[in-house]
Amino acid sequence: MSKNQVTRRGVLKTGAVAGAGVALPTIFTASSAAAYTNEPTGGTVTLGFNVPQTGPYADEGNDELLAQQLAVEHLNGMGDGGCLNTFTSKALKGNGILGKKVQFVTGDTQTKSDAARAAAKSMIEKDGAIMINGGSSSGVAVAVQGLCQDAGVIFMAGLTHSNDTTGKDRKKNGFRHFFNAYMSAAALAPVLSKEMGADRRAYHLTADYTWGWTQQESIAAATEAMGWETVNNVLTPLASTDFSSYIAPVLNSGADVLVLNHYGGNMVNSLTNAIQFGLLDKVANGKDFKIVVPLYSELMAAGAGENIKGVLGSMNYNWQLDNEGSKAFVKSFGEKYGKPPSNSAQTCYAQVLLYADACERAGTFNPCGVAEALEGFEFDGLGNGKTLYRADDHQCFKDVLVVRGAQNPTNAYDTLEIVEVTPVEQVMYAPDHPMFGGAEASLGECNSGA
Amino acid sequence: MLGLDKKDTSLLIIVAILTLLAPFILNPFPAGSAMAQFNAGYPDLMQRFVIFGIFAIGFNILFGLTGYLSFGHAAFLGVGSYSAVWMFKLLSYNVIPAIALSVVVAALFALLIGYVSLRRSGIYFSILTLAFAQMSFALAYSVLSNPKFNLTNGETGLQVYADDPQIFHRDSLPDMPHLFGLSMRSTYKLDIGAWSFDFNVGYYLCAVIMMVMFYLAIRIFRSPFGMMLRAVKSNQQRMNYTGLNPRPYTLAAFVISGMYAGLAGGLMAAMDPLAGAERMQWTASGEVVLMTILGGAGTLIGPVLGAGFIKYFENIFSKINDTILHQWFSFLPDGIEDFMVFIVHPFIGKGWHLTLGILFMLVVIFLPGGLVEGGQRLGNWLRNRGKRSGEAKTKHEPAE
Repeated sequence: MSKNQVTRRGVLKTGAVAGAGVALPTIFTASSAAAYTNEPTGGTVTLGFNVPQTGPYADEGNDELLAQQLAVEHLNGMGDGGCLNTFTSKALKGNGILGKKVQFVTGDTQTKSDAARAAAKSMIEKDGAIMINGGSSSGVAVAVQGLCQDAGVIFMAGLTHSNDTTGKDRKKNGFRHFFNAYMSAAALAPVLSKEMGADRRAYHLTADYTWGWTQQESIAAATEAMGWETVNNVLTPLASTDFSSYIAPVLNSGADVLVLNHYGGNMVNSLTNAIQFGLLDKVANGKDFKIVVPLYSELMAAGAGENIKGVLGSMNYNWQLDNEGSKAFVKSFGEKYGKPPSNSAQTCYAQVLLYADACERAGTFNPCGVAEALEGFEFDGLGNGKTLYRADDHQCFKDVLVVRGAQNPTNAYDTLEIVEVTPVEQVMYAPDHPMFGGAEASLGECNSGA
Repeated sequence: MLGLDKKDTSLLIIVAILTLLAPFILNPFPAGSAMAQFNAGYPDLMQRFVIFGIFAIGFNILFGLTGYLSFGHAAFLGVGSYSAVWMFKLLSYNVIPAIALSVVVAALFALLIGYVSLRRSGIYFSILTLAFAQMSFALAYSVLSNPKFNLTNGETGLQVYADDPQIFHRDSLPDMPHLFGLSMRSTYKLDIGAWSFDFNVGYYLCAVIMMVMFYLAIRIFRSPFGMMLRAVKSNQQRMNYTGLNPRPYTLAAFVISGMYAGLAGGLMAAMDPLAGAERMQWTASGEVVLMTILGGAGTLIGPVLGAGFIKYFENIFSKINDTILHQWFSFLPDGIEDFMVFIVHPFIGKGWHLTLGILFMLVVIFLPGGLVEGGQRLGNWLRNRGKRSGEAKTKHEPAE
């Protein structure tokens, strides 16, 4: 007699136990089969573009998105190829990355660290993005960079200007093509000294958050080194829209230069207020009063309109740059969208191509391999001239532009004119510079999520 | 069961089943299909569903029962997050002390703000709480993040660095939040045919806590204390005249609901160890009000539904872009395809606020009791469909 009676309950029990047993070895690991997070297995590879689509930097974000879409087109061999033709590394062939067609997903950072991380997480967890690119503020960049480090994907920063991104918050999985506050200061200082003299007294208005502080610190240090005096530094709340009450005391402070460490809408408003107060027509200490805006962008220039005439600042890139890479990119972008690319668009475009190229050269999508390929990589032909991706802190080193609000713009897009292209040697610094976290700052270990 | 009547027990069981089976319920479409866009069953979003569910349940204890509309609840969420991350920085990545401290700190903070704000009622109370929350936001965003005294790390958000003390941290433990070694990020992927389901440790921790909190909320709703709170809402003056002082009751409700918010904040930090100041902004406070009203204020399940609804829109609709639209409408002739994309474009991607706004208007105008009322009407309609008209209409119960 067989005692093997099959009951419904018995089958369920056995099934449950067996299921649990099968699941147990894998339940504690993130993903057992893949060698690294989101290893692309099919014929496509997915990139995640995380840009501010709403909020104060929405315009910049949408411009970044246009550039990213253009980069994907070029990678997949559509369009005119843009910078693929001028890029000094010839690993990219216009057949996707490592033979896989490039797809992309998008997210909205809302210029908030929380929202940006949520959007990035959803792209990594749900859509299987292997790289995150974009963003238009340093807080977001640092937050998302940390997330990508933990999750085991590569982060290619968009517009982020704070020293911290590749300073005390640097990460092995994170890379920045954009320049930083220190470089702005180092490039601006000699030009300021030349144009305004070496005995100026500067008054700083600074946006009261991380980026504002590092920017102010950098500018004050660089200008003091050449003989300027910093009269005062006033922190303004980020949400301010009216700066009149901050501008009024400037006139009586004995200062003859106003430095606006503001960005985006803040800068547009504070500059407009300063012009309304007639600061530029004043004479202080026997000199013409001047205004400096250390970080410029085309969109801010457009917002401030007439007011930026003659005001000095710095940029990572300008579409008027006359080199092969820049021309190819501007042509490609202009033909598709009918306008020249902005600063932030160019950095995102370059970052996507650089990532793709690093994958090709490494022969893998594994973040550790890609990071190794990017470290110490020297290239040209992406619009900024000769550039180095420094291995110590994953910061790009290239020429910095000093620009001035154009006196007589001929059209809506040439609101800024290039004053000087500061050579890269002049903006170099040691990886353990005190403004960049000093000797304690470290990239940590590469994480592939395995 | 558990001191609940039959109706509440079945509600609790339904909630338990829904939360435990969420990975299946939220991923109804095969992974590779075009509809996979609408799947919400990935760990981060599932965690958000239950965490904001807890937040909204707590808010509802104050708003739904006493009628006091706090416009500053996000402050408690933020304070909870900051305390949790500080625990990670000082002790270890274990989530237990982090969550415990976040509840305690939020309670103290709520006691302080509640003591001051509850001296006024109505719109003045709302404005006072709003002012406190904006003050906390400004403190966290810049004042308390200056290089000399860095409590919140400002715009970047408070996070754990390699050189933090973490005195109980050992090398064998994971380098991210964990429950006695079990990482919050670990996920088991179950593939059945074309479908793929994620079972995430962090989600189940949040889910279990939410069920406990939901049970607690039911008990509060049904208790004499809950009755007192309802009395405050229906007629506070009358309560005063009968010789009862409503202040201790409202303060208790305020603190309890602040603790719920703190718990939610602590859990958010436990799932993702970063606390940003935006969590305290007035938009975040407004969001929980929307969640509660959208779902049905004063009902038990409503706030949870509302939370899920809003988070779904925020995370799913905001990610649909024009390329995806073109894929959807690719079966149409070119001209019509472009036209359809043009029509739908304002409502997706960055336009998700618009879609949500329209839905919110529709709900408030046609279903004043929120989604719960919608469900009840649907239920009634289904029940009465068989019967012909002429029968007495079923008793209209208050939304509950």
